[in-house]
Amino acid sequence: MTLSMLYGEPRVISAGASILAEALDQQAVPRREVAWRPPLPGTSDALALVLADPRREAANETAVGRLLSARPMLVGVRPARDALGLEPGTFFHAGPPITWERASGPMRGALVGAMLFEGLAPTPEEAERRLASGEGITLDSCHHHRTVGPMAGVVSPSMWMLEVSDAEHGGTAYCSLNEGLGKVLRYGAYGPEVIERLRWMGDVLGPVLQAALERTGPLDLRALVAQALQMGDELHNRNRAATSLMVREMAPAIVDASPGRAAEVLRFVNGNDHFFLNVGMAAAKVGADAARNVPGSSLVVAMARNGTEFGIQVSGLGDRWFTGPAGVPDGLYLGAYGPDDANPDIGDSTITETTGLGGFAMAAAPAIVRFVGGEVSDAVTATTSMYEITMAEHPAYQIPGLGFRGTPVGIDVTLVARTGILPVVNTGIAGRVAGTGQVGAGLVSPPVEAFTAALRALSQS
Amino acid sequence: MSDLVEVRTGVYHDSVSLMRVSQALTARAGVEVAVVAMATELNVDLARDLGFAVPAATGGDLLVAIRASSGEELDDAAAELERQLAARAPAGQAGAGETPPRTMRSASRSWDATVALVSVPGEHAFVEAADAVEAGLSVMIFSDNVPVEQEILLKDRARDKGVLVMGPDCGTAVIGGAGLGFANVLRPGPVGVVAASGSGAQQVTSLLDLAGIGVSHLLGVGGRDLSAQVGGRSAIQALRALDADPATELIVLVSKPPAPEVAAAVTGLGLCKPVVHALLGPGQDDLTAAAEKVLRALGAPVPEWPSWPAVRQGRAEGGPLRGLYSGGTLCTEAALIAGTGEFTDFGGDEYTRGRAHPMIDPALRLEALAAVESGVVLLDVVLGHGADPDPAAALAPAIREAGDRGVAVVVALVGTVGDPQGLRAQAALLNEAGADVFTSNAAAARHASDLIGAS
Repeated sequence: MTLSMLYGEPRVISAGASILAEALDQQAVPRREVAWRPPLPGTSDALALVLADPRREAANETAVGRLLSARPMLVGVRPARDALGLEPGTFFHAGPPITWERASGPMRGALVGAMLFEGLAPTPEEAERRLASGEGITLDSCHHHRTVGPMAGVVSPSMWMLEVSDAEHGGTAYCSLNEGLGKVLRYGAYGPEVIERLRWMGDVLGPVLQAALERTGPLDLRALVAQALQMGDELHNRNRAATSLMVREMAPAIVDASPGRAAEVLRFVNGNDHFFLNVGMAAAKVGADAARNVPGSSLVVAMARNGTEFGIQVSGLGDRWFTGPAGVPDGLYLGAYGPDDANPDIGDSTITETTGLGGFAMAAAPAIVRFVGGEVSDAVTATTSMYEITMAEHPAYQIPGLGFRGTPVGIDVTLVARTGILPVVNTGIAGRVAGTGQVGAGLVSPPVEAFTAALRALSQS
Repeated sequence: MSDLVEVRTGVYHDSVSLMRVSQALTARAGVEVAVVAMATELNVDLARDLGFAVPAATGGDLLVAIRASSGEELDDAAAELERQLAARAPAGQAGAGETPPRTMRSASRSWDATVALVSVPGEHAFVEAADAVEAGLSVMIFSDNVPVEQEILLKDRARDKGVLVMGPDCGTAVIGGAGLGFANVLRPGPVGVVAASGSGAQQVTSLLDLAGIGVSHLLGVGGRDLSAQVGGRSAIQALRALDADPATELIVLVSKPPAPEVAAAVTGLGLCKPVVHALLGPGQDDLTAAAEKVLRALGAPVPEWPSWPAVRQGRAEGGPLRGLYSGGTLCTEAALIAGTGEFTDFGGDEYTRGRAHPMIDPALRLEALAAVESGVVLLDVVLGHGADPDPAAALAPAIREAGDRGVAVVVALVGTVGDPQGLRAQAALLNEAGADVFTSNAAAARHASDLIGAS
């Protein structure tokens, strides 16, 4: 055999004692140093076991390969009862499974609103009583049904859902339609204007978008996200470019499909910079789902919060959730609101970070720092630090400011444990009192115990 | 007396850097003792034994314990501590928008390397080394205290990837002129070395260098490679690689006594190039004899190995022989030759958990030397990159004191004239302090043996 290191100039990567690195400097040997730190406390044994697992290398390659090669297409807009077979009295919600007793203010408010919207209760008080009693009520996690929802993420049978198909792997994923800002169901508001808007979305917005899509054919979301990243979106807290691009793609078909309602539909979509968020979330979900259930893989396939807990799922560990308490985001507050008004972290929108967007792509969106706080350099640091805990760089999603480097994609629980670096999440902040709406935006860290628990489970799998 | 005791979470420095900080603080006037170390069980116990009230801590925390004679001096020492730690913070941390690589995996993806060097604490070495192998890099694992199952797994993965795992517990390697770990400055030449013994390889190559013969590559394979369990996995790969390397004319295989079936396997590979074996054991050549065999095989003259005899008042008293070694194979060789005496290898796993190797940190050996009351002490001093920049400076006073107690000190000085410490300068310092100094460990051991036999 031949050993390539014996030929050519030696170039050394060192990890550990600085004296040995200095000895290389004294010999003028080119070298790079690993800024090594001990792993998270209590993880060394599990790390050694997982790294020794003969399945891991190929399993991760397979899993992240599927995530990267997903080709999400927006194919339709349909009521949840048809798309998901949702029955009256059943509600999906964001994050890992939760009960009414443990649900936070905005989650309870959104469930109350959904009861009213579905006509299952005449008043908020009656809705609360029924939800608390649990009679005829079923709550389940969106993620268990190929679905994601922002903030409270509550889905009921009459809501219209974006349907996204993966042209590469054949999967399908769903997300509700974005309601806009202000008093909206996803932040736990359930006043008459909220219910009225939901009805209009079911009666007008959904059907018109569906009719327009029938004319345009499936919308290529991979191409759209790639363009939006180059126009300054990170696709979680900033969706202005993506929303604009989508309107540009669809406007003529909307006018053709429904000349009478086109103006109000376009006005609604145009008036909401976050309209694309839900589309992007369904696109992210379909890619993450393609990477599920690869035995031995340490890839994170879901990060989601229900307002009480932050949970993750890992490819090699099926549908098990690993959770910790949801943190309160650190960021900027609207008007007179402050940290005391904030609800703990909530929503499935972390599916964007799970697939390398949002906080992971902050360097593509320097303008975001005006919204979440910090300096432009913080946005760049956020993205570059995520390369330390991810498996790959996205071939299509690129960041111009980093020399068109691909976004960091595919969180590896072993790398989180080794570096102690937690995923950076950009998020909106919900008011803790149901119905308050959005009180701010900022950054939040997932609970470290979710990752260490997943690592331990993986070491026993 | 004033004490400062602190546990800092999330602050990490390697043990050698912290040893230097501790030494710098302890050397200050008014400072009685300073322990700046990662809060491993061993180090916390050490601080508690010194009377410090150490709160609960984990091995991932930094422990600071300083005792000074006044509050003012304690404050000064604390300020110096901050300055020292700041100077040792890894580069790149401060740069805005930049993230230094935090794992071998990340570093190997962003930078084109030919070899990786892992010297993190043993329990974490497997993970970093596995990254290197996965990235298609040969890796030297300097760390010890690595479980043998992990070693076997790494070596099997490396063979599949066509790369070499050197180690764990690999003290030295020279790849294309670059010395990794403890490495002597060797002239380039025709001899390729495969070594399951760091200090043994340093002895053989240093002697060859003194005789004017250089090496092509020195491939360490780790002290356990020729054990029955590991079965020579890396040695076999390394021997085949040197057999295929055009720069290598002759191969030397150096090891502590190998498992017999493994010795048979590695000596029976049927290589094209001549192989000289330096496999220590009863009836085998010692390291010096092996070096001489290499010289003869290459048709080079065998010189008289330099030595500097001490000038002693009268003859030594004889009495017990105490071997205080930093190199494991040198220790084994000396014990085999002397055939008597009490020998300790301070580079063994049990002495290096949570502290630096004795070739860097002389504290334990100095303590042991000071405890010898009579007879003869035989010790090694190994020069080269990575080792103590001036070992003779620390040893000379202790050798003088030993002489005053009537203890004779014999030193095996392993190094080359090109080494940064300077072979002749170190020899002169040790010799002036009263030690007999030999460049051949075998000669040193025979001399020590003669000294005790004189009684």
